[in-house]
Amino acid sequence: MTLDGFLKRHGGWLEAGPEEGPVISSRIRLARNLRETTFPGWASKEVRNRVWSEVLLAFDGVADSKSFLRWRMDELSALDRELLFERHLISRELAERQTGSGVFVNEDECRAVMVNEEDHIRLQSLQPGLNLQKAWDVADELDNALEKSLSYAFSSKLGYLTACPSNVGTGLRASVMLHLPGLVLTEEIKPVINAVSKIGLAVRGLWGEGSEASGHMFQISNQITLGKPEAEIISNLEQIVLEVIEHEKNARLRLISKQEIRVHDHVGRAYGILANAALMTTGEALDLLSALRLGVDLGLLPNMVRREIDQLFIRIHPAHLQKEAGAVLSPEERDIKRAQLIRKFLEGK
Amino acid sequence: MKCDLCDKEAVVHLTQVVNGEMKEVHLCEEHAVAQGIDINSPISITDILMGLSGPQKSFATELSLACPCCGMAREEFRKTGRLGCPDCYKTFMAELTMAIKAMHHSGQHLGKIPAREGVQTRMKSKVARLQKDLEAAIAREDFENAAKLRDQIKKCREESVKDEGVKS
Repeated sequence: MTLDGFLKRHGGWLEAGPEEGPVISSRIRLARNLRETTFPGWASKEVRNRVWSEVLLAFDGVADSKSFLRWRMDELSALDRELLFERHLISRELAERQTGSGVFVNEDECRAVMVNEEDHIRLQSLQPGLNLQKAWDVADELDNALEKSLSYAFSSKLGYLTACPSNVGTGLRASVMLHLPGLVLTEEIKPVINAVSKIGLAVRGLWGEGSEASGHMFQISNQITLGKPEAEIISNLEQIVLEVIEHEKNARLRLISKQEIRVHDHVGRAYGILANAALMTTGEALDLLSALRLGVDLGLLPNMVRREIDQLFIRIHPAHLQKEAGAVLSPEERDIKRAQLIRKFLEGK
Repeated sequence: MKCDLCDKEAVVHLTQVVNGEMKEVHLCEEHAVAQGIDINSPISITDILMGLSGPQKSFATELSLACPCCGMAREEFRKTGRLGCPDCYKTFMAELTMAIKAMHHSGQHLGKIPAREGVQTRMKSKVARLQKDLEAAIAREDFENAAKLRDQIKKCREESVKDEGVKS
């Protein structure tokens, strides 16, 4: 399958999953490096190419290695790299790297292995809904399979050695992507972000920063990677996420019981604009789709399916629009295409 | 407030709690810039800690220390906060130990171990884990369990020594 094949489908992690209202997906990322090998940011082209080849060979040890597609960054156009970034398969940092850098992605997009990002290997496992355990099991299995032929840089004291000391130890970054419109609309999001930040977890807007996050999408992740077993890091995060979900559900209940008319207005206006606008920026689309998604969760839009809206959240991004149009578009042309795409989606409802 | 590194007025002030202890960092504009801090942008405390964690007297000297394995100089590492290779952890151990403690509140890995690592590494890791449990047991005055854990640690250490003997 080529990269264009992605446009016709959605990632397996956008399927239904536990706590799927407030939770989009769960992610496990493991950082690994090869023994006695310079880290990518400091390595020569020769070393980076050698690392790529070693990882390529290591994939022979992965049971379903044939289900993985692979791309080197220097073979891809800027638009293709952006597409992979918009699908959460590579980081911004990898997209900007060249020689020896690339990615392995399995067909349902639930597993991806970035090579020569900040570390030699950044392995990611995505699962729909709140399911960190499953994401961990999948990542762990892939890690074990690759390790059959790769010697990782490891110390019994500091664990897996990484280019940045903030990842040393387990190399584990567990995160949950959350949709929290209830907390944003009730203006309770700031105290929640502050409270979560105080206990050693990071809260980021998925698009945009902090409480100004576009689309009311947030990502909560662990900061500490050393001194705790993986299971403890994961269960700590899950406990906190469950509490945030509880707050979000309560906020939604309060909205619907005390400000029902305002919620109807919020969702209805979003629908009205999305169904009629001829120009739409990414930021505006994200915020309005967020209102639509909330409407679906609250049962106000019975003809709509949450998963379809989640797919739109990805398809309205610039590289997706341009790949679908088969042309490079100016910002205004993209705004037109974006508005068309959404109108067409809503006409079918 | 004066700069930690000279007598000028500090313009950058940072506070971080490390293992329950407050650590404050104050820098003048010049030293903030020397640390690679753009005073107009948000700063990561880890970058600062990383830069200041070595003995402050040698701040300007010894920047020439470089990793024998990959050639990364201390100055470069301090600027980027990124290491050059796995061996840099040994080369820059002095400043890294404190920065790592500040970030993770720990200096001992307790997680997964690669299958390729030897029995010795596994045993060391098991002892570290038991040691942590032992400290927790003592803290909650659960002396019965603490005694059991102490015996387990002793047993592990004895086995570890035996293994070494077999190898040599």
